Amino acid sequence: MAIPAKVVKIQDSKAQVDFGEGVLREVDVSLVEVKVGEYVLVHAGYAIQVLSQEEAEETLRLWRELLEAENLSETK
Amino acid sequence: MARASGSRKPIGNKIDVVPKMFGHLRFRDPSLAKRVAEKIRETAPKRDAVKICHVCGTHEWTITHHGLRSMLPPTVEVIAGPGCPVCVTPASEVDEAVALALKGVVVACFGDVLRVPGSDKSLLDARAEGADVRVVYSAMDAVRMAEKEPDKEFAFFAIGFETTAPSTALEVLRKPPKNLSFLVSHRLIPPAMELLLGIGDLHIDGFIAPGHVSTVIGLKAYEIFPKAYHMPTVVAGFEPLDVLFAVYMILKQLKEGVAKLENEYVRAVSWEGNTKAQEIMHKAFNVVDSQWRGLGKLPSSTLKLKEELAVFDAREKYGVHITRGRDLPPGCQCHLVMIGKIKPKECPLFMKACTPQKPVGACMVSIEGTCRIWAKSSFM
Ligand code: SF4
Repeated sequence: MAIPAKVVKIQDSKAQVDFGEGVLREVDVSLVEVKVGEYVLVHAGYAIQVLSQEEAEETLRLWRELLEAENLSETK
Repeated sequence: MARASGSRKPIGNKIDVVPKMFGHLRFRDPSLAKRVAEKIRETAPKRDAVKICHVCGTHEWTITHHGLRSMLPPTVEVIAGPGCPVCVTPASEVDEAVALALKGVVVACFGDVLRVPGSDKSLLDARAEGADVRVVYSAMDAVRMAEKEPDKEFAFFAIGFETTAPSTALEVLRKPPKNLSFLVSHRLIPPAMELLLGIGDLHIDGFIAPGHVSTVIGLKAYEIFPKAYHMPTVVAGFEPLDVLFAVYMILKQLKEGVAKLENEYVRAVSWEGNTKAQEIMHKAFNVVDSQWRGLGKLPSSTLKLKEELAVFDAREKYGVHITRGRDLPPGCQCHLVMIGKIKPKECPLFMKACTPQKPVGACMVSIEGTCRIWAKSSFM
């Protein structure tokens, strides 16, 4: 399993990240291209992917749209 | 007691962490969940039963812990495939780790590997006999330990799917200290999904593909399932809504009579996946055939360190090669639970002789094992 965290500081292959608890923890970021301020998915001490906040919002928008569009088409 | 490295909390073992930074985006919105459940009911076939299979311990946790199965109509069944990396590690590989530990090599492993049964001993048993077995949170911890104690020999028991394998590859390629080697037991998810399709009487109608593995291998790794097997396949995230939407997307495909590869988890998974991690994995490992616990030999399903990295291969370094083991303790039905053929409750030992406190089989040991997840759930 992997958990999202916000990158606060990067030094070489290591980054200080916040898992949402306000405490900074060190993770290895060699497997990703990430900038400070972005979110990463962390698995066993290594960031394995950069998360897209835009896509996250897009997902929710699509979910709503999907449900609404179909509800509309049914009432027609 | 487990000697965890430092004082860090094992975040990786805590599954119910709400991704707080996305919390405001309401990935758990109950009213939305209710509406998806309605759509599922409308889309589900009225008479013919549909079987959807996921292959991820975290998906099983989400489904079981949030009682998602109770939200589905009776014609829709969601089963758990072999998605627990610790559970699928065969006894022979645990035996290799035990043999190393009993030879005096310090074995570093993830917490839920400690109690996994080998043919007749677990690493915890080896520790009780005086072996030095230590729990680590990451491959990095094993490297640090070996650096700190140069007069001891260390082996990192590297278990995990494509989510974990890149980190092992990274540490091997970084040229770790001479006193550290790796007992690599990394396995791949797509071959396990193919195995399920070859089981004649399982009759799967669609796959929910594992989100975290997919962040690394990308959507493209599953192309074969709709193409060659006509199997609707949806990569999904781990919030309850992610899973419900994936179920809905599969039902919709089935209703339309199509088989497509779709991505529900766009916020983390791309078509190509993490190419940097893939390259690092390819540099360190070859793909080989190997045994999976209770499931037999799966072609091209496991990673092995390349020949030029053999000095870091614990099997080569210490001449430990065990090919046969006893995967299932007497009475244990893990081989059937792991392919979703039976539910944990159907194993006669479930919550009788086999409990989270005194596990018999691997599926009750690991936090990602179906039996353990069911045992810990209030919905059962
Ligand atoms: S309940 Fe225990 S013995 Fe039965 S299948 Fe699960 S792990 Fe094996």
